[in-house]
Amino acid sequence: MMVNKKGLLAAGAVAVAASLALAGCAGGSTSGSSKSDAASSTLTVWVDADRAAVLKDAAAAFTKESGVKVKLVQKDFGKIQEAFIAQVPTGKGPDITIAAHDWLGNFVSNGVVQPVELGDTVGDYQKVAVTAMSVEGKTYGVPYSIENIALLRNTALAPTAPATYDDMIAAGTAAGTEFPFLVQVGPESDPYHLYPFQTSFGAPVFGTNADGSYNPDDLSIGNAGGEAYAAWLAKEGAAGHLSVNVTGDIAKEKFNSGASPFLITGPWNVPDAQKAGIDVAVDPIPSAGGSPAQPFVGVQGFVVSAKSKNALAANEFLVNYIGSEKVQTELYKVGGRAPALTSAFEAASSDPITAGFGAVAAEAVPMPSIPQMGKVWQFWGVTEAAIITGAGDPTQLWQKMTADIQAAIK
Amino acid sequence: MTTTGTEQGEAPVTPRGDGPGESPVVQTSRSKRAARVAEAASVGVKTLLVKIALLSIVDAIGVYALMVLFLKQDWVVFGAVLVVTAVVNWIYFSRYKLPAKYLAPGLIFLLIFQIFVVGYSGYIAFTNYGTGHNSTKQDAITSLIVSSQQRVPDSPTFDLTVLEKLGTFSFLVTDPDGTVSVGSTDVPLTPVTNAEVDDAGKAVGLSGYTPLKFNDIVSNQEAIAAISVPLSDDPNDGTLRTPDGSSAYLYLSDLVYDEAAGTMTNTTTSTVYVDNGKTGSFVAADGTELLPGWKVEVGLANFAKAFGSESIRGPLISVTIWTFAFALLSVLTTFGLGLFLAIVFNNMKMRGRNFYRVVLILPYAFPAFLSALVWAGMLNPQFGFVNQVLFGGAEIPWLTNEWLAKFSIIFVNLWLGFPYMFLVCTGALQSIPEEIQEAATVDGARPGQVFRLIKLPLLLVSVAPLLISSFAFNFNNFNLIYMLTNGGPRDVTAGVNVGATDILISMVYKVAFVGASRDYGLASAFSIIIFLLVALVSIISFKQTKALEELN
Repeated sequence: MMVNKKGLLAAGAVAVAASLALAGCAGGSTSGSSKSDAASSTLTVWVDADRAAVLKDAAAAFTKESGVKVKLVQKDFGKIQEAFIAQVPTGKGPDITIAAHDWLGNFVSNGVVQPVELGDTVGDYQKVAVTAMSVEGKTYGVPYSIENIALLRNTALAPTAPATYDDMIAAGTAAGTEFPFLVQVGPESDPYHLYPFQTSFGAPVFGTNADGSYNPDDLSIGNAGGEAYAAWLAKEGAAGHLSVNVTGDIAKEKFNSGASPFLITGPWNVPDAQKAGIDVAVDPIPSAGGSPAQPFVGVQGFVVSAKSKNALAANEFLVNYIGSEKVQTELYKVGGRAPALTSAFEAASSDPITAGFGAVAAEAVPMPSIPQMGKVWQFWGVTEAAIITGAGDPTQLWQKMTADIQAAIK
Repeated sequence: MTTTGTEQGEAPVTPRGDGPGESPVVQTSRSKRAARVAEAASVGVKTLLVKIALLSIVDAIGVYALMVLFLKQDWVVFGAVLVVTAVVNWIYFSRYKLPAKYLAPGLIFLLIFQIFVVGYSGYIAFTNYGTGHNSTKQDAITSLIVSSQQRVPDSPTFDLTVLEKLGTFSFLVTDPDGTVSVGSTDVPLTPVTNAEVDDAGKAVGLSGYTPLKFNDIVSNQEAIAAISVPLSDDPNDGTLRTPDGSSAYLYLSDLVYDEAAGTMTNTTTSTVYVDNGKTGSFVAADGTELLPGWKVEVGLANFAKAFGSESIRGPLISVTIWTFAFALLSVLTTFGLGLFLAIVFNNMKMRGRNFYRVVLILPYAFPAFLSALVWAGMLNPQFGFVNQVLFGGAEIPWLTNEWLAKFSIIFVNLWLGFPYMFLVCTGALQSIPEEIQEAATVDGARPGQVFRLIKLPLLLVSVAPLLISSFAFNFNNFNLIYMLTNGGPRDVTAGVNVGATDILISMVYKVAFVGASRDYGLASAFSIIIFLLVALVSIISFKQTKALEELN
C-alpha cells in the first residue's frame, strides 16, 4: 500500500511536470529565434530526409564563411506545406523550407513566403524552373530540381521511338503484347498523366501571359481543342487503349513484366523497371492531336519565410550555396531528379535517362501553381473518367466540366 | 480507475451479504484502516524528501515557463501556467486532499489535450480561419507590401557596400557604368566622387562612414532589409533595396498602405482597397479582394454557408441518409457476424478453437486504411482478384456502380469490423454463468429460446454501449471511404464534388478542403453539426439501453 502510493504520487508529479513542460514549450520555442545578434544568428531550414545530408555540407560551408549557423530540421515532405502555412504566422516556422512549386500559389495567398532575388543568376537556371517558381512575375524560390513524365520504351519490344500516337499504337500492336501502350488512368482518371495528350490538341488548362505565368481569367480547357480531346478520349476508351481499370500500380506492374512496350510515367518508376531487367529508353511523348505533347513539370526548390528575421542571410544561402553547381549536382545524385541549374543539368545529362526526361522538360509547361488550379482537379479527373467509360456524350460532358470549373473559380 | 479503487477498498470490509455498518467489528476495523492510511500519507521522511524533490522539478519547470511567457507577454498562457503551478503545489503539500493527489495529473492532461482542443475547434467555427486568412492583419499588410515590391524589368545590378554613420545605414552603390552614389532611406541617391574604389571598380568606402562587413550586415539584417533608397525625389522612379547585402536592385512597389485611413492603394491602377471589417481582407469597390487577408471572427457565417450554399445543401440530405444507413448497417452486419461466430466458437466441443479465433482476429490487426487500399485493388473490375478468380473474369464494377459501391463499402467494413464484435461477444458470452443456461434447460426451454430470451438480453447489457460507440465511429469512418472509393462514383453532370458513397465527414473534407485551399472555419462548423448529430443518436440509444440494465 505504502509503496504503491509513493509510486503513484511520483507518477503524478512526473505527469504534472511533463504537462507544465509542454505548456512551457508552447510558449518557449520562439525565444531562441528572436535574438538577432551575429553570434547567435541561426537559419532554420526545413528539409526532407533525403536532402538533409547534402544540405549539411552546404550549411557547414556557409557557416564557415558567414558565421551564420544553419539548423537543419528534417520533415516529412508531404506534411511541409500545411505545417509551413500553419506555423509561419505564429513566428515559429523556419527561415527556409524545401517546397514544391505548386504549393507557391497557396503560400502566396496565405502570405507566408517572401520573394527571393535571384539577381543576375536568373539566367543560369532552366527557364521552366524559374517560371515555375514565380507567381505573378515575382520569383519566390530557388529551384533545385525538375521532374516530369515522358515515354518509357522497352527497347526489346520497340526498337525505335514513335513519332506520333498512331505510330505508337501501331508499334505496340505489332509487338503483340497485352497492351499496345500503358498510361495510368484509374477510376477518377489521372489528368496529370493524360495532360500531354490534352496539350497535343491545343487545350491547356489556362492560357499564359507574356512572361509565361498562367492567367486564371483565361480558362482555355474548354476550347475547340478541348472538345477534340474529349472526342479522342471517348474513341480511345472505346478502343480499349485507355482504361479506368489501369491504376498506377497496375500500369507499372504490367510494363515491368513486359506486357507493353510503352509506359507514360516519370523517373520515379525507372529504377524498378531496370531492376525488373527491362532495357528502357526515354522518349518524348508522341502527339495525338498534332501539336506538341507537353506534360506538366514539377519543380522543387527552397523558399524563404515571410517572417524570417534572417532574410538577407537566407537569400545569400539560397542564391550562392543552394544555387551552386556543386550542391545542385549533389542534390541530383540523392534524388535522381534533373537539376534546375543549367550547368549542373548538362553535367548530369551524361546519364541517358536524365537526358531523356530533361529533353522533354525543356519543351514542357510548369504545373499551374495559381490557387484557381485547385478547383480544376475536382471536376477534371471524374469527367475524363466518365468520357473514357462512355458514360455520356464527350462534348457535352466536357462543356459541362468547363462550366463547372468556371463557376468554381469565378 | 476510481471505481476499481473503491471496489477493492470496500470488498474486504463488506463481504457479500453483510450490510455495511451492521456489525461493530467492521466499524472499528474500518476506522483503524483509515488511521493507518492517514499516517502513511503524512509521515515518512523519505516520502517527504521524494515529494519535495519531485515538486521542485515541477516548480522549476513552471518558473522557467513563466519567465519565458513573461518575456513574450503572453498573459493568457502565463495566467494558466501560474494557476496550474500554484494548484499543484497546494494539492501536493496539503495533508488531506488525497483524491486530488491522484486526480490532478489526469485532470491537467484532460484540460490540455481534450477540453482545450475541443474548445479551440469550437472557436474556429466562428472565424474565417483558412487559406488566405491565417494570420493577423499586421502580417497581411507586411506580406502584401513585400510581395508588391517588383524589380524593375531589365534594370541593372548595383554593387553595394552598406555604410554606417551614427547608427543609421546608407547604401554606397556603384552602377554598371562605374558611377558611385550614396543614399539612405531619407536621402535620395546622390553621386559622390571621393569614394574608395577597389580593383574591380566597386566603391568600398567613403570618408566619414564605416563600411559594414558581412558579419555586421547579418547582425543588422532586419534593419538593412528594410532600407529602401529612393533613386530620386520622384517616388515613381523606384527605390533601391538589397536582398543579400552585397548587391542592390531597383524596385517599384504598386501597393501603398495608408495607415490613417486603413486602406491599400494600388498606385498603377489607383484602385483603393478598404478593410470592410467583415471579411478580414482589403476589398475594392468592385468586390475584388486582396489576398492574403487575416483571421477575423465571422459569427454564424460558416453555419449559414453550411446550409445556405447550393453545392452543399443539394447533396446534404442524400449524404446524411447514406451516412446513417452506412453506420447502422455497419454496426448490424459486424455485430451479427461477430455474435454468430462467437456463439459457434464458444462451443466447448469444437477442436482447434484457439487457432480459428486467432485467424478470425487477423483483419482487426491490420491497419484499416491499408486494408481498404488492398481491397480497392482486389475489387478492380478488370485486374482485381475478386473478379478474375472468384467471378471468372466477369467485369463487375464493384466500386464504380452506385449501388455496388455502397454494397462494397459495407462488405469491406464488415470484413474489417467483425473481429472486434467477435472479441467483444466472446468475452460477454463467457461472463454469462453456465448455471443460467442449465436452469433454463431444466425449466424446459429450447436452445433458441435460451438464446433469444436469456442470453441475448444479458449480452446486450454489456455490449449495447459498445454498439453505440461503434455507430459513432462508423458515422465518421473517413479512412474507409477515402481509401476505398474516395466517395465515388460521382455523377459528373450534377456539378458538385460529392459522390454516391460520400458520408458527411468525407463530404466536409471535399467541400472545405478543395485542392490546396483549406477552410478550417467551415470544417469546424461542420464538425460541430456532426457532433450534435452523433450526440443526439447516442443520448437516445443510451436512454434505451437503460431499460436493459434493469435486467441485472
